[in-house]
Amino acid sequence: MAEKSLTLEMRGITKNFPGVLANDQVDFDLREGEIHALLGENGAGKSTLMNILYGLYQAEAGEIKIGTEALHLDSPRDAIRHGIGMVHQHFMLIPVFSVTENIMLGAETDHRAAPNDSPLVRLDRREVARRVQQLSQEYGLEVDPKAIVGDLPVGVQQRVEIVKALYRQARILILDEPTAVLTPQEADDLFRIVHKLTQRGVSVIFITHKLKEVLAIADRITVMRGGKVVGTTTPQETNENQLAAMMVGREVILKVEKSPAHPTSQVLEVDHLHVRDVRGLEAVRGISFNVRAGEILGIAGVQGNGQTELVEALTGLRRCESGTIKLQNHDLTGKTPRAFTETGLAHIPEDRQRHGLVLSYTIADNLVLCDYYKPPFGLRGVIQQQSLDSHARQLIQDFDIRTPSPYIATGKLSGGNQQKVIVARELSRPVQLVIANQPTRGLDVGSIEYIHKEIIAMRDRGVAVLLVSAELDEIMSLADRIAVIYHGQLVTTVNTTAVTREQLGLWMAGAQPETTA
Amino acid sequence: MDWRRFSFIGIIIILLFGVVVLIGGEQISPLIIISSMLATTLSVATPLTLGALSGIFCERAGVVNIGIEGMMLAAAFFGWLASIYMNSIFEYSPAISLTIGVLAAILTGGLFALLHAWLSITFKVDQIIGGTVINILAIGVTGFLNRQLFFDKGSIFGGNVPHAPGLLPTLSKALTVLCSGAQGCGGLPSLIAGTIFDQKPVAISAILLVIVANYVLFNTRWGLRTRAVGEHPKAADTVGIDVRRVRYINVVIGGMLAGLAGAYFTIESVPSFEPLMTNGRGFIALAAMIFGNWTPFGAWAAALVFGASQALQINLQFFRESIPPAWAFLQQSYVVGLAPYILTMLILTGVIGKTTPPAADGQPYEK
Ligand SMILES: Nc1ncnc2c1ncn2[C@@H]1O[C@H](COP(=O)(O)OP(=O)(O)OP(=O)(O)O)[C@@H](O)[C@H]1O
Ligand SMILES: [Mg+2]
Repeated sequence: MAEKSLTLEMRGITKNFPGVLANDQVDFDLREGEIHALLGENGAGKSTLMNILYGLYQAEAGEIKIGTEALHLDSPRDAIRHGIGMVHQHFMLIPVFSVTENIMLGAETDHRAAPNDSPLVRLDRREVARRVQQLSQEYGLEVDPKAIVGDLPVGVQQRVEIVKALYRQARILILDEPTAVLTPQEADDLFRIVHKLTQRGVSVIFITHKLKEVLAIADRITVMRGGKVVGTTTPQETNENQLAAMMVGREVILKVEKSPAHPTSQVLEVDHLHVRDVRGLEAVRGISFNVRAGEILGIAGVQGNGQTELVEALTGLRRCESGTIKLQNHDLTGKTPRAFTETGLAHIPEDRQRHGLVLSYTIADNLVLCDYYKPPFGLRGVIQQQSLDSHARQLIQDFDIRTPSPYIATGKLSGGNQQKVIVARELSRPVQLVIANQPTRGLDVGSIEYIHKEIIAMRDRGVAVLLVSAELDEIMSLADRIAVIYHGQLVTTVNTTAVTREQLGLWMAGAQPETTA
Repeated sequence: MDWRRFSFIGIIIILLFGVVVLIGGEQISPLIIISSMLATTLSVATPLTLGALSGIFCERAGVVNIGIEGMMLAAAFFGWLASIYMNSIFEYSPAISLTIGVLAAILTGGLFALLHAWLSITFKVDQIIGGTVINILAIGVTGFLNRQLFFDKGSIFGGNVPHAPGLLPTLSKALTVLCSGAQGCGGLPSLIAGTIFDQKPVAISAILLVIVANYVLFNTRWGLRTRAVGEHPKAADTVGIDVRRVRYINVVIGGMLAGLAGAYFTIESVPSFEPLMTNGRGFIALAAMIFGNWTPFGAWAAALVFGASQALQINLQFFRESIPPAWAFLQQSYVVGLAPYILTMLILTGVIGKTTPPAADGQPYEK
């Protein structure tokens, strides 16, 4: 196969943030129609590099060229004009707008032959919706142009983001951790779409932490660490272990090692729970189960089968219609989230930015969100800065949170490091039950290894763990028992050792288990 | 649309009108009472409508503006001052003087808004504090200049306030002049003639501006971008929208609308300026904006309710003798004065449907 022509070249890109050299002399290039994967630990500088390419950040040094033309990217407008499109790690959609409005925003008259610069030009939603429909059919990106974006599941929101870039005729598409929020099925759909795009000459930069994916779809792989490029390779020349080592700078054990569980007393007892979702539909329809001290119960299921509502009910964030929740023999049904926390619950929520963090607070503050009012952090209603400080420094070190200081706004951390702040806060408290919903979403392999070890260590100390994850691999390797959820009900509960991936997959898709005595 | 809100508003307006018709219906034909109530309602609602539109433009773009009251007050003063200057010092005709007065009021509102934009967008000063600064500044400046220019010894006008060039005419008067005495309006039913055609230019522009604002916000590029910037500025930034620019312009547009509301006080309704004469209308306008869920028509409807409750009080004065003792409390100004606040609290409790402010309302944008 002939070498494809070079589309994009970034040379010597350098970018400083206060206290962090996020990009240090980075070189990166992209060929026409290729899928170039960008790998690296949390905080390695991947998003920063891509934000520079998209014109959101300006580099202090370096140059960017498309073909032979040098680009000056002062704002995303310039990048869009040069055919660069980006799907951000945290989506950039306006929840109250319709799909059509989100797509036409900033490109309101692009559907016309002659551009119209008047601010008062009338929006032609119908024509844009027609084009959106056309585009989505052409690329197999199913979206309803009239739907309100906030009502859509993340997988569909992502499609909206991709259509948004294609609508602007992107020739270079940046996907920043697109699969972190997707179910395996949705991820497969995405790969199909990406291949279709590259067949039509679009070049794709694909950021991910999932090594299997990288090996499956990338043409080339570039690895970053500490703001520098470590190397570029191809799937043929490398394997998972080698990539992991390149990213982290040491050997990583990709397989979770754990001894058999020794469960003891009941910690969480859920009885005939019914919960409604935001739209008032019954999302959890009569679920009963329990988790014992010293075991990990995994909940496997395709996203949208009631997991979110179940976890929200179990943490006091959502009202239960009926049924009871008992934690440590205390009936907590209908109690406040604080009652749950005080009875010994740790919660790693699904959506870190919405439910896990106050993004404008410092890391130190976010690390005590659950117990700022208790000694040693609060004494007689006054926050003790010193204990806050030592607490923060300890956790930053233990959980390897990459930050120049405990006192920067948590929103400025890289996505994975934001996740680590939550995990550190929740796993470091003395608790009896951990409810973890997608705990390793967006984390690099090194951090996943650490958090998996930590969860298992907690289990061995006698903590009960409820793990909800769309990653079958994660469930299979961590959980001692697995409950499969489908349409708001538990299909079955099995021991992990007694089940195969395929069997789980069938149950998740709605197959009924044979009734064995 | 939001039928619950609008039907609630409709019912209240009908109730308020009903009370007056009940009390005065024996003396005067109900049709005339209704038309008079309508006319007063539309007129009294004018500064509230414009003020609410002002708030809508600012907040839809993500900038909270509690300085509308101050912008109105300053505009009322400077608009009036300009019209007097033009009339008595440069001796322009009343028509020209009044027009220049209105323009000066709009300009004043715009300039005060520019200050607010500068504080809150460029310097990221807390927007509530920025708005408070505007309010205090407006009270101080207008009070001080009013005294210095007109009342102190050695002041420009030597201690006596010159005559204002009169007031803006009603549409029917203007029409009569235009049709040069033809019986143009005579054939119209008194209901319409007495309401729409009895309004003055600022009141009529307020109604037109509601329609224009609604069109601009929901059907044009500018509106789409404005709302985007108020909901999720970072997302707007990533599609190439200049967030600061959009916010600046909207805040200034909002200020100009507040300025036009200011003109209502001194150029359209009374030909003089009193310190503090806006009397909280800017805040009630904000209540109307919230009541109307940040939409022009919703805010207008709310302004009409507030206006109708005031119209009730004004119109009851004609029938003072026939008010049954049980209803006498309606004449007390505080009853009517409270109405907007009670209604606003009602809507905030969510009884009449939910109100949702723009998601990024009040938040400065940082990259
Ligand atoms: N706006 C900002 N202000 C200050 N520091 C920042 C900002 N954005 C990123 N950083 C810092 O720059 C470094 C690189 O961050 P970046 O988001 O590029 O990492 P990443 O490789 O995308 O990581 P992840 O996989 O966790 O998303 C981090 O240390 C981060 O704290
Ligand atoms: Mg990132």
